[in-house]
Amino acid sequence: MSQIDEISGSGAPEIERQSIEADIACVGFGPAMGGFLTALNRAWIENPADPAFESKVAPGLPLQVLCYERADDIAAGVSGVVTAARGIRASFPDLNPADIPMAAPVTSERILYLLDPIGASRRPLSLRIADRVLHALNGTLGVRNHAYDLPWAPRFLHKTGGLVMSIGQFNQWVGTQIMASGMVQIWPAMPVSQPLFAENANRTGDQVVGIRLTDQGVDKLGAASPGFVAGMDVRASLTVVGDGPFGPVGQAIDKRMGMPSGRDKREWALGMKFVIELPAETTLETGTVWHTFGYPEPEIFGFLYVHPDRLASVGIFIPSWLGDPNRTVYRYLQHFIQHPALWRHLKAGTLRSWGAKSLDESGQHGEPFLVGDGYARIGEGSGSTNMLAGSGVDEAWTTGVQLAEGVIELLRKKRSFTQENLAATYEARRRASWVERNARNAINARNGFHIGFVPGLIGMALAGMTEGTFSLGAKTPRTHEQIKKRRAKTPKELKRHEAAMVAVEDGRPLHEALMSARGWPEIEFDGKLLISQQDALLMGGKVQAMPGFADHVIFRDAGLCIYCDDKTCIAMCSGQALTLGNEGIPLFEREKCVHCGGCLWNCTQTVAEGLTNIDFRAGAGGFHSAEN
Amino acid sequence: MSLHIVVCAGIVPDPLQTLEPIVGPKGPALKNEIMLPGVLDPWAASALYEAANLVAKNSGSKLWLVSLGPKTKLQQVMMTIAQKVSFELVAIDSPTGGFADAQSTAAVLAGAISAIPGLERDKLLLFGGWESASRGAGVTLQVVGESLGIINQFMGVDQIEMHEDGTFEVLERVEGGKHQVSVCAAPPAVLGWATGNLPEPRNNPQIGMANMRTVMPSLQNAKTAVFADCGLQYISATLPGQQRQTRVVKDMAPDAIAEELAEWIGAE
Repeated sequence: MSQIDEISGSGAPEIERQSIEADIACVGFGPAMGGFLTALNRAWIENPADPAFESKVAPGLPLQVLCYERADDIAAGVSGVVTAARGIRASFPDLNPADIPMAAPVTSERILYLLDPIGASRRPLSLRIADRVLHALNGTLGVRNHAYDLPWAPRFLHKTGGLVMSIGQFNQWVGTQIMASGMVQIWPAMPVSQPLFAENANRTGDQVVGIRLTDQGVDKLGAASPGFVAGMDVRASLTVVGDGPFGPVGQAIDKRMGMPSGRDKREWALGMKFVIELPAETTLETGTVWHTFGYPEPEIFGFLYVHPDRLASVGIFIPSWLGDPNRTVYRYLQHFIQHPALWRHLKAGTLRSWGAKSLDESGQHGEPFLVGDGYARIGEGSGSTNMLAGSGVDEAWTTGVQLAEGVIELLRKKRSFTQENLAATYEARRRASWVERNARNAINARNGFHIGFVPGLIGMALAGMTEGTFSLGAKTPRTHEQIKKRRAKTPKELKRHEAAMVAVEDGRPLHEALMSARGWPEIEFDGKLLISQQDALLMGGKVQAMPGFADHVIFRDAGLCIYCDDKTCIAMCSGQALTLGNEGIPLFEREKCVHCGGCLWNCTQTVAEGLTNIDFRAGAGGFHSAEN
Repeated sequence: MSLHIVVCAGIVPDPLQTLEPIVGPKGPALKNEIMLPGVLDPWAASALYEAANLVAKNSGSKLWLVSLGPKTKLQQVMMTIAQKVSFELVAIDSPTGGFADAQSTAAVLAGAISAIPGLERDKLLLFGGWESASRGAGVTLQVVGESLGIINQFMGVDQIEMHEDGTFEVLERVEGGKHQVSVCAAPPAVLGWATGNLPEPRNNPQIGMANMRTVMPSLQNAKTAVFADCGLQYISATLPGQQRQTRVVKDMAPDAIAEELAEWIGAE
């Protein structure tokens, strides 16, 4: 047992905690950590006698590398992806996609502009004109099933030679190989609550000296209850932070160390998708990739990836720059799959699984300090996602590999994990790589979307085709400022709002009711592919939450929620874990939370500069699906 | 008194996943079984937690977990189970698929238990699940006991209480929500557990770290199971039927809900 002497900063009374020593402590197991641990592990296996790999904390043994993952299983990842797999293939030159369930080479790529077959989509005038032209020239241009198949796709969007994959299955495949060697232990179902900071002996500022695991046996608010187990401290000379875009360790480091000048995470999207078993007579070939735009709202991009064994991942992205507070993502997804261009392939299918996650789309605008004394950041939380290419997994993987190479170099030179040393090895590799080059090309590619949808497309094309030399300049508002207030000024809007309020009195959520009032037809559930959101929570492994953990979604000041008209957090909640409670304060049900993080960036209320009213902390549970 | 408890617990596909029987080249199988996450068989997991509790209460006792399954799945599941209670793992590598014959499976398990160094028969309690989420016939544990020559067998166990004189009392489930109470003179005995009375223990990283000292070597040295060909053939395999009907109602009285449910169940 040890008494913690680090700077907790919380003001909470310190309690006795168990403590262990490791050489490297890792937070989160996703593609970035997979890349890191694969490269580190492989270097040790190639030369186990190399003294560089001898543990400092357990002399005579190999490095003690401990990785902690929140999800209940390393297969419980959430994403069906298409990736160019440049970095992944570099790590596995002989990769046979057939070895990874649900993985297949990309065989064809299409970009579809989806017209609105219903007439409920909020399209700007420019799009309405474009739609009419497309309809008028239907015969010439080949518009079919209300979709225009773009005859040409820019090179920066291509995933030629890439893979369609399930991230859950990929993580499982990678994790199994890593753990087989015995050097690395990956512990699932164990959230990390925070980094451990300590004063730096050699200079001003703090260093990270390890991590603290989450307390168990606590009530909703975190107070000790029967069976209390204080989260253990894991002290390590290097902490590798790969806990995703809103992980508690990454958040705490950003708060303590600050962000580099001019950097901020302001652009987000919620990706939600279905895994659908296609009908036996499907004509969609394995490896088929569709990218879509234009429907159900112009701002909502969509995708369809076909995996082996007639499985398809079909989903949409709701971006933060969709100004409308009615971000009714689940229902939008149901309308998306019913678009005639998709529905003709999907309607006889069966829903097998469902999932959602937030994506940090800020790119280099949101890049934190990549290294500091005792820690390094990798993956999505380090700003590696490239939104020009629509690619994140391969970049994340590569940043992990680059860190491993840097760490191995430092171990062999017997140098410590200081900011300077990590910058000279890991950061230098990253800056010199394709990840950095592509990130620079992409940095301003999406600015135009803050002017409008069409300028956004033009800006992307401009940046993509000039490799970032030209782009549209626009100020990116802070995330909560991107949510526009509901306006009900015109008679038509007032009538809609009135209809919605009647529906709300009848027990429907406001965002749902507003969609119906705008002309979106009700979803006709078929019990097979179109099912209620509550039923979706029970699909493909269900959502689970172990008892004994505290709530991880906290409203800092409930009083602000009472007077919040938007309540976008409820509309955006992927699992309907947030519902409207008494007095207008949202209720949180941990057992339904899929940890998508959508509520975090969909809160319009601020309690301090840059701090919204929702605190998203470390939490256990979430999806049990392995097909996501 | 000190006890030597051996828990037989297999790895099964997470029952919460979408499970779909198919006929594969080697007979019945589950669709995409390799990609489904594994869990410790839930009934056997209850047995493991009860065993750990008993070991903690009886000084000098030891606990072994004998687990049969594909090595990669065992490794994955152990990273969760090993955080909950202390045990020594005896891993047996076997192909994916739980349609093996109970007699052949029991023979493999009995052989592995017999080979445990230091295991003392007069202290032996053989634990396992009374039921199983695998596709077994639910008789494997009994056959293992028979193979080891253990004649005192209790099934549907919810509680065991050790007495100072070395005897122990066992509560077995019987019809009508009652328990049959038996007193056994001494080990060895076989106990097939129902749900027991203990909750799932919290994950304790330190227990996990301690268990890894035996778990990893056991996994690395796991022998591949050889099942005797007993000529077993499956004619067909189906999942129990299930259906879901969701309806959203507000302000409905609990009695009315219960009445409607009873009516719905009665109609099926």
